[in-house]
Amino acid sequence: MAKVSMTVNGKAASGDVEGRTLLSSFLREELGLTGTHVGCDTSQCGACVVHVDGKAVKACTMLALEAEGAEVATIEGQANADGSLNTIQQAFQDHHGLQCGFCTPGMVMSAAALLKDNPKPSEAEIRDYLEGNLCRCTGYHNIVKAIMAASGQDVSSIAAE
Amino acid sequence: MPKDNGIGASPKRREDVRFLTGAGNYTDDINVNGQAHVHFLRADVAHATINSIDTSAAEAMPGVVKIFTGADFAEVGGIPCGWGVTDRHGNPQQEPRHPIIAHDTIRHVGEIVAAVVADTVEQARDAAEAIELDLTDKPVVVDMAAALAEDSAKVHEDLSSNLCYDWVFGNDDDDAVQAAFDSAAHVTTLELVNNRLVANPMEPRVAIGEYSRGTDEYTLHTTSQNPHVIRLLMCAFVLGLPEHKVRVVAPDVGGGFGSKIFHYAEEAFCTHAAKACGRPVKWTSTRSEAFISDAHGRDHVTKIELALDSNNNFTALRTNTMANMGAYLSTFATSVPSYLHGTLMAGNYKTPIVQVNVKTVFTNTVPVDAYRGAGRPEATYQLERVIDKAARELGVDPIALRRQNFITEFPYETPVALTYDTGDYVATMDKLEEIADVAGFAARRAESEKKGKLRGLGVNCYIEACGIAPSNIVGMLGARAGLYDAATVRVNATGSISVMVGAHAHGQGHETTFPQVVADMIGIDESMVDIVHGDTGRVPFGMGTYGSRSIAVCGSAMVRATEKIIAKAKKIAAHLMEASDADIELKDGQFTVAGTDKSVAWGDVCLTAYVPHNYPLEELEPGLEETAFYDPANFTYPAGAYACEVEVDPDTGKVTIERFSAADDFGNIINPMIVDGQVHGGLGQGIGQALLENAAYDEDGQLLSASYMDYAMPRADDVPFYQVDHSCQTPCTHNPLGVKGCGEAGAIGSPPAVVNAVIDALKSGGKNVTHIDMPLSPARVWAAMNG
Repeated sequence: MAKVSMTVNGKAASGDVEGRTLLSSFLREELGLTGTHVGCDTSQCGACVVHVDGKAVKACTMLALEAEGAEVATIEGQANADGSLNTIQQAFQDHHGLQCGFCTPGMVMSAAALLKDNPKPSEAEIRDYLEGNLCRCTGYHNIVKAIMAASGQDVSSIAAE
Repeated sequence: MPKDNGIGASPKRREDVRFLTGAGNYTDDINVNGQAHVHFLRADVAHATINSIDTSAAEAMPGVVKIFTGADFAEVGGIPCGWGVTDRHGNPQQEPRHPIIAHDTIRHVGEIVAAVVADTVEQARDAAEAIELDLTDKPVVVDMAAALAEDSAKVHEDLSSNLCYDWVFGNDDDDAVQAAFDSAAHVTTLELVNNRLVANPMEPRVAIGEYSRGTDEYTLHTTSQNPHVIRLLMCAFVLGLPEHKVRVVAPDVGGGFGSKIFHYAEEAFCTHAAKACGRPVKWTSTRSEAFISDAHGRDHVTKIELALDSNNNFTALRTNTMANMGAYLSTFATSVPSYLHGTLMAGNYKTPIVQVNVKTVFTNTVPVDAYRGAGRPEATYQLERVIDKAARELGVDPIALRRQNFITEFPYETPVALTYDTGDYVATMDKLEEIADVAGFAARRAESEKKGKLRGLGVNCYIEACGIAPSNIVGMLGARAGLYDAATVRVNATGSISVMVGAHAHGQGHETTFPQVVADMIGIDESMVDIVHGDTGRVPFGMGTYGSRSIAVCGSAMVRATEKIIAKAKKIAAHLMEASDADIELKDGQFTVAGTDKSVAWGDVCLTAYVPHNYPLEELEPGLEETAFYDPANFTYPAGAYACEVEVDPDTGKVTIERFSAADDFGNIINPMIVDGQVHGGLGQGIGQALLENAAYDEDGQLLSASYMDYAMPRADDVPFYQVDHSCQTPCTHNPLGVKGCGEAGAIGSPPAVVNAVIDALKSGGKNVTHIDMPLSPARVWAAMNG
């Protein structure tokens, strides 16, 4: 066991982990941040996407010890300070961009990373960026639409949600 | 103007806030004090005799609590099959024992061979690697046709063959059916495969068993679409426990699509092991385990023949299908290729003679059961493909051929046992042609051709039987359960309402839509109504969510219970206003006496029911809580027409979906936003089946596509924005809301449109390809073009 320390959603966090402990396990089991989901074991589904030092990372594919000293952001820290949904979260609700909710945290975290680098992505750019995030419920329609809306684009001409 | 509340409005989903902030409560998010973890050692060969299992080294490993093998479950019942199909000769289906842990024989890759319970999951996994198995390989049966050969090795030595049942349905007079084909002006024949799929809800399955020595009570948390069904099956057939000592909870569940209907060995194991170990036992499936332990879907091989007269009227339809059961019968496995498939073979058409022949087959593969649509996609696919092929052979427009043969008068009794109560297939086809801009297709094709691409348009219709089901009818057909549902409306003293519903939401948005109905009926704000679901300890009973049944069956129960509430509340209001209850009207949450200005508010009546000082106690019990069980009078029949436009790259065979349009008739609609979302999701899965997904086995019974690296899930860039419309509404005639259900339509209706479109595209490029089996991967399309 080794001690690991990092900042998670702006708060100091530390724990004792095995060398093989994944960041996703550390967040879920040690810190109780169960919003980060694990949907596969081959780094394909993206339900576990978090931000590490500002970059989107699949938390199932990073060892907890690799995040030593890092700034980690998870879905639990995304809402506004007053607890209201942030722009992306609100767009997902407004446009029915989620159903079962399991892929949703990863989708929101990926969308946030995309919009940081590309504030007005086209439909094709969004679809391409979401290559690493699987959703089985929505057929992606309303996820893509929500991300376009969150970036301030007019989505009224896109078929009804 | 769109409504802003009640039935027909699209309020934002109330469940979204917790899912968007990481506050959902999925089963794997739950940890119980003192819990141990189980790791299942799963078979890595498809068929073998277990000579011995040596667990001694593993038992000595750090953290190991207890190791279980098949011998520990020899006295426990097997996993039951919930449907007994009678074959064409009147004999019952062959039904092998389905053990919790393989006892003496392994029959598919992924079957549980041993279970290691340890303090941590890592310790359990480490210890499992120290278990020594002595196995003798047996011949592996994978291909269905080979499995039915007389000299085939058997999956189950104690059965007479690998045939589960040989079933005929519809017109069972072979000579009469043959005569119809002999006298036909044209016969179109098509052989096709409905590819094997894995449901793949994004949340893998999880089970946590707990046992209290103090009360002799068990609790199972599990990822289920129907916790009461799991409790019943597990208690009555597997573990022999009294139901009132067992609570099954299915909290937030991350998608199901059918694969979380079934009672699985892991659920019974964790429940049993919790007592045996004296500790709670938790199992969380990995995705790799899910591929080889979740029931698969589809996997039919079919020959379909369509007879037409000289005017192109359909005169007879005959199908011969082999359907894979896998190694054991999963909960509803035998109903899917029979009564959920054969009954739909008439489709939207007035074909007078329909004969369906199905052989179900045991193979050394993972059990196969219902996946979104369950038998209905298989029926729709073959029917809508053979119609398209017939149109091409006859040189007629595929839309016109369909229109000509539509059923137009209702109720309509099909040759395959259903009575369609209502529908308007002409209207949905008209709507489809409008939203798909069929008239503009030629111009779009010309644009594609300028880019060097082949463009195709494919259309199909579909019908499904939803709202499963009238219990007496399914009982006659072999169901071993009733298929009603139940709801309890509990009005609190202050007027807020909890509705305990037997349906279970795992993406469908019941927490939003069900309160819309109750609030609308009473005329109060939706925020005063919550539903409770997914917990046998809090919900009296229910049969769960599958087959697009939730609003049609459980919603109807909820309406009936709410009607009882209103009737009683009117009596209380009548007493308070010293009027006759026949004169009481309820509107906008106010009870009034007709023709007077007297009124009393909903909240005052509710408070009176619980503080009955001025109350007709001699006639009426205090309190305001009512339960209703609703058993539907018929199935519901959603139907529609779908259109797909594809581009095919002639150099690579790569297919891209350029447009997809869906015109559905779901009857009345509670929440249009959610209905659209349900259709979108179904379309994504149907397009996935048509272009990408395939659960492929090799001849040794190894699943080649057993991870997301190998099984091609549809991704955001594989699909377009969809055009969906449900403005054609013929309300169901036999349930109180006039609703039909919308959960499966997209997955049922989309695969044939995609394939029809690709065939059309190839034809435009001068390639007379009549059929390509799904998934239409670039390799398959290229090979067909250049074959």
